[in-house]
Amino acid sequence: MIYFDNSATTKPYKEVVETYIKTASEYFGNPSSLHPLGKASERLLNQARELGATYLNVLPKEVYFTSGGTEGNNIAIKGTARLHKSRGRHLITTNIEHPSSLEAFQQLESEGFEVTYLEVDENGVITTNQVAAAIKSNTILVSIIHVNNEVGSILPINGIGQLLTNYPKILFHVDHVQGFGKVPLRFYEDKVDLCTISAHKFHGLKGNGILYIRDGVRVEPLMSGGKQERGNRPGTENVPGVVAMIKALRLSLQASKKNVESMEKMNRWIEKECFDLDGVVINSPTMRAPHILNMSVIGVKPEVVVQALAEKDIYVSTKSACSSKQSEPSKVLEAMGFDNDRSSTSIRLSFTYENTMEEAMLFVQAFSSTVETLKKVVEKK
Amino acid sequence: MKHIYLDYAATSPVHPEVFAAMKPYYESQFGNPSSIHHFGRQARRGLDESRELIAKAIGASFDEIIFTSGGTEADNLAIIGYATAHKEKGNHLITTKIEHHGVLHAFEFLEKQGFAVTYIDVDESGVVSPFEISNALRDDTILVSCMLGNNEVGTVQPVKTISELLSEHEAVLHTDAVQAFGMEVINVDELGVDFLAVSGHKLNGPKGIGFLYARKGLVFSPLLHGGEQERKRRAGTENVAAVIGLQKAVELSIENIDEKRSLYEGYRQEILKVFKEQNIQYEVNGSSNHYLPHILNVSFPGLSVESLLMNLDLEGVAVSSGSACTAGSIDPSHVLTAMFKDESRSHSAIRFSFGYGLTIDDVKEAAIRTAKVIHRLMK
Repeated sequence: MIYFDNSATTKPYKEVVETYIKTASEYFGNPSSLHPLGKASERLLNQARELGATYLNVLPKEVYFTSGGTEGNNIAIKGTARLHKSRGRHLITTNIEHPSSLEAFQQLESEGFEVTYLEVDENGVITTNQVAAAIKSNTILVSIIHVNNEVGSILPINGIGQLLTNYPKILFHVDHVQGFGKVPLRFYEDKVDLCTISAHKFHGLKGNGILYIRDGVRVEPLMSGGKQERGNRPGTENVPGVVAMIKALRLSLQASKKNVESMEKMNRWIEKECFDLDGVVINSPTMRAPHILNMSVIGVKPEVVVQALAEKDIYVSTKSACSSKQSEPSKVLEAMGFDNDRSSTSIRLSFTYENTMEEAMLFVQAFSSTVETLKKVVEKK
Repeated sequence: MKHIYLDYAATSPVHPEVFAAMKPYYESQFGNPSSIHHFGRQARRGLDESRELIAKAIGASFDEIIFTSGGTEADNLAIIGYATAHKEKGNHLITTKIEHHGVLHAFEFLEKQGFAVTYIDVDESGVVSPFEISNALRDDTILVSCMLGNNEVGTVQPVKTISELLSEHEAVLHTDAVQAFGMEVINVDELGVDFLAVSGHKLNGPKGIGFLYARKGLVFSPLLHGGEQERKRRAGTENVAAVIGLQKAVELSIENIDEKRSLYEGYRQEILKVFKEQNIQYEVNGSSNHYLPHILNVSFPGLSVESLLMNLDLEGVAVSSGSACTAGSIDPSHVLTAMFKDESRSHSAIRFSFGYGLTIDDVKEAAIRTAKVIHRLMK
């Protein structure tokens, strides 16, 4: 089995699952309970927060546990906009955000906010200058995806962060869900105020994520209830899920250090091999994250390619999993200026640290014969 | 010394069968249900089957179940989601003074947004009068929320009667069934509710998962925007393994309700028997007719809850002073305050709660240790 769909979700590490089950069995207390079982859970939760903060180079009080990437993006975007609307109602983002950011902005538009969607170029990036030009006197938030989930383009977070130091009243949120463990982000040096990551994209469990909120930055919570997560995210804490996530965080960062270069080499090699295939075009820009490669098989429905490869026990995806049911062309590829033939036929490969060159070779073999066969079928019609 | 856990209403351990059901979804069926390949379809199938079974368990249909990150989110989604989506229809909401904070604070949030909220009182037994609710109804009332079973004192609320009194009114009815689920037989049509919230970790399921039942056709705003999951009512990659675990927990929790009820009824009687034998002065808080048998809330006149908890802790008995979510604060319980004008009664109250794995011997031992502590403190 070759699983090249790690941007949709990753397989949890064995150690992560073990940690989850061990924690859920031995530390099942509610961290809000005062008795020893509750206290033990609370201690474990605090330790997890401290460790997580260490791995991310931030303070423990800046780490908020969420139910995942969607919730992180929603709290960051809606939570800051709604809290600061008296200061201004203008927001800036890009036209290649993940649906969980995009739809949050659309919701805010219906609440009377004005949103500027910066347009990416053919490489799937925006420039710092575009952000600078879009800033108005009533801008309160800039939210940018770090690594695009479909094509892997890397947006200039550092530049935008530096630019925004001139605007202390504008908050800066980064959707780092795809970037984490693949493309480094320095929360402090890059002047990030809020940052979202999701556990199941780095071999943790689904249903867990972290929202980093810089000390001193406030948000309006999306939910009301208990005082958990300092009131920003009520609800009994999923302690075993959190502890498992921190384990995954550590293991991923280790694996990243060791394997990210070979992952990039593998990515480049597949690109080179596929570039030569008749009817295949590469959609990902040259400057991209090491784990994503997007290409189109012109004239062939991407679902057909995905299923044909699946028959050979190789798993890739069409566009992002969250929108893969829609048969419409990819909005990201359209935003990059590709025509309909190309943006409606894309497939995405996404790797993780454990993928090997051998898998890459098997993939290329299988892919080229699949493309050849499918092309013939299409031409016959 | 053996530690005895009597705080199942705060949270409960994961049942071994629940773990067993979840494990394959971490190990081999780990796909994203939105993916169109084999792994995605496997995950989707597990998710769909769980949704179907949970729906069936409460007499609902497939599309009426929305998976959430837990009870708080389910309550918030129903209350904030419905009120916000229908604010042009009416501005008035009704709830009770004894709701869980996941409900109560959602209403307080809505008050800040400009809604008018009536908080209905309870009597000394902690029961809401359905007639007070119907008296509070206005033409512009759009939502009524009343919990099914109270988490601190265990009183079961007359939700069915409330629903009948609402039948001529356009207001919808939400019930927080987090504490009652698995102890009361629940059928959403018989109960007559439009929304119902349930949490996994109170039923020996995993933390971080719950569901909201939402009657077909009801429109409400999502709290989380993003992907198409849960029919756009709750975005975010589905927590498949936890959903599978939740389904198993739901199944286990409703298969022997009668047995469980009589078992826990026995535990209650055992505790009270020990107290009587040991000449402990106590008052049971809550209704003596309609209550969840797994919750026993008792006041010990003349004692303070802080010293009680501390000493019980030393004796290895884990109980609670109220709901876990408020236990960290020294404020008296809002539930007991609503029931009694008598502050000393709410200041001397302890909640014992029972669950899976607990034995009568443990319960008896805990009661004896409690009696010992009380005797010591009374000196």
